[in-house]
Amino acid sequence: MANLLQINNLHAIVENKEILKGINLEVKKGEIHAIMGPNGSGKSTLSSVLAGNPKFEVTRGTVHFNGKDLLEMEPEDRAREGIFLSFQYPVEIPGVSMVNFMRAAVNEQRKYKNEPPISASEFLKLMREKRELLGMDSQLVNRSVNEGFSGGEKKKNEIFQMAMLKPKLAILDETDSGLDIDALRVVASGVNKLHTEDDAVLVITHYQRLLDYIKPDKVHVLYNGKIIKSGEPDLALELENRGYDWLINP
Amino acid sequence: MVEKQYIDLFEQYRRELDDNSVEGLNRHRDKAFEVFSKIGFPTSKDEDYKYSNIVDAFDDDLGLNLRNIPIPVNPYDAFKCDVPNLSSHVFFLINDRYYRDAQNNEPLPETVFVGSLQDFSQQYPDVFAKHYAQIADYSDNGVVAYNTMFAQDGFVVYVPKNVQIEKPLQLINILRGGVDLNVNRRILIIAEENAQVKLLVCDHAVDDVHFVVTQVTEIFADKSAQIDYYELEENSVKVTRLTSLFSEQMENSNVVTSGITLHNGYTRNNYRFRLLGEHAEAHVGGLAICDKKQHVDNYVFVDHAVPNCLSNELFKNVLDEQATGAFCGRILVEKDAQKTLAYQTNRNLCISPDARIYSKPQLEIYADDVKCSHGLTTGQLDEDALFYLRARGIDKEEARLLLMVAFTRDVLDLIRIDSLQERLEHLINKRFRGELLRCGNCNVCKYFD
Repeated sequence: MANLLQINNLHAIVENKEILKGINLEVKKGEIHAIMGPNGSGKSTLSSVLAGNPKFEVTRGTVHFNGKDLLEMEPEDRAREGIFLSFQYPVEIPGVSMVNFMRAAVNEQRKYKNEPPISASEFLKLMREKRELLGMDSQLVNRSVNEGFSGGEKKKNEIFQMAMLKPKLAILDETDSGLDIDALRVVASGVNKLHTEDDAVLVITHYQRLLDYIKPDKVHVLYNGKIIKSGEPDLALELENRGYDWLINP
Repeated sequence: MVEKQYIDLFEQYRRELDDNSVEGLNRHRDKAFEVFSKIGFPTSKDEDYKYSNIVDAFDDDLGLNLRNIPIPVNPYDAFKCDVPNLSSHVFFLINDRYYRDAQNNEPLPETVFVGSLQDFSQQYPDVFAKHYAQIADYSDNGVVAYNTMFAQDGFVVYVPKNVQIEKPLQLINILRGGVDLNVNRRILIIAEENAQVKLLVCDHAVDDVHFVVTQVTEIFADKSAQIDYYELEENSVKVTRLTSLFSEQMENSNVVTSGITLHNGYTRNNYRFRLLGEHAEAHVGGLAICDKKQHVDNYVFVDHAVPNCLSNELFKNVLDEQATGAFCGRILVEKDAQKTLAYQTNRNLCISPDARIYSKPQLEIYADDVKCSHGLTTGQLDEDALFYLRARGIDKEEARLLLMVAFTRDVLDLIRIDSLQERLEHLINKRFRGELLRCGNCNVCKYFD
């Protein structure tokens, strides 16, 4: 089966500093991959580059998504093709209501697929259904995007958006950071419920903790801009016990 | 000297001026003339007018309709308001004159007066004398003095004690003329003790000539009165608009004003709020969306004369292309005005590298137990927010529009008429999309595209 995501020798810089130094990664439909690594190893840069953040510049390498050249696409087209980034630090956008934001996002996606705009009643039904999946307060979706949300609410809101948009590849960038154990469970169970044989998840995390709830098929260790080790789920446990040092300074 | 032609004109046509107005207005002309002859128009050498050169506009050969030659216009045909169905009480000023044939208005409470300034001065001479040209101090401002010299009519809302008008009133100012024209109009709003009124003023040019407009608005809110005063400017690029709003508030009164410029040429708005009774509140909003070479300058002076009052200013500008803007906010807290709360915020978005904004807070505080703050930011759209929206599939242009509309949101939130808020959001959306290239539904601006 062809890979959903195929990254070859990816190099990227930010402010003239090379952060990614030759990443190779293959993700197939239905798989969950975890990318772990110490601070500053390039985990968040990888997720930003995949989502198309203009602050990062790709200098070498290729990324193919569903057979298409991802790096050629604008961020909005990547999203419409089915890439979803759950932000490590979701942005507060005062004045843009969650409802208008989500309606615009859903309709842009439908337009891309030549589908008619969603009806008002269908949209409200979808919102309610996904909100309940994440146990989100109905008040939250009536507010401005992330404005005044607590850290946990922001992360729930990311997964709520993921549920609304049903991506083919969800990239969860440190989704567990800032979550207490209850919120972590809700978020993880949301991700698990949304995951099917047709999509893939890339979990980027510091800690093994999240992987107790979202079970990966593969675990990769990113260090200094490169994947230095890939393995089975028990690699995560080993990292939890031994730290990264044995890999970095073997 | 630019002023000379107007000084000569005044002396030469004094008789016509008086004959086509009424004693109440005429009695102020001499004194105003004296002031104007002495100080003239402010120039960009005056600190408060540093970023607005208003004199040049008067250099043109402008006509003044001092003899009140009737201007044939049916305001219902001339233009379709951009804020329809807001009110069942709609009034018009054609240039500076009150339009007497307004149709289909629902009756207002009998004791309320809404209509011509001339009529009001005759029907309520005492109330008129107490307020007209009293709130609007012209001793140190050449534009206000000029307006007082030439003003012959205007619009009045007078709401007596304990009367509350629930539905908003709407005044539509129509600028009409076959030649370049100077128009000097007045608005007077009086709410007596515990009275309430809301007024929306829409400003609109319908002819393709250069209009230079001065407008002096006087607002008096007596004890526990509540006045909402909203202005929507949709003028052509050929209009120079100089407004001066003066507001005086007594104990427990509450005044909200908001000036929204959706389309304009050259705009200078002066605001002066005086809080004269304890526990009075003034909420002052302003929003301008400018592009081309449009210019907007807001000058706000809030005077806290007594303790325990609150003032809150929020002014925002979105400037594109070669537009320029200025904001100056002066807050004076007098010595006895303890427990004052005075807040001021000015935020600006410069969309293009050529757009310019000049902003200056001025706080003068002579009391020691007060809370005052000012905040000022100028910048571009938030790149992180832009990326966040794009990462959800919203295209770049649409995301920019969403953020620009969002930027204006809190100014609209100050408006206490829900339907007007919604309508304005819609119009602002259209404006940013370039679908409101010209001022609303009139036919003038098409000549300039």
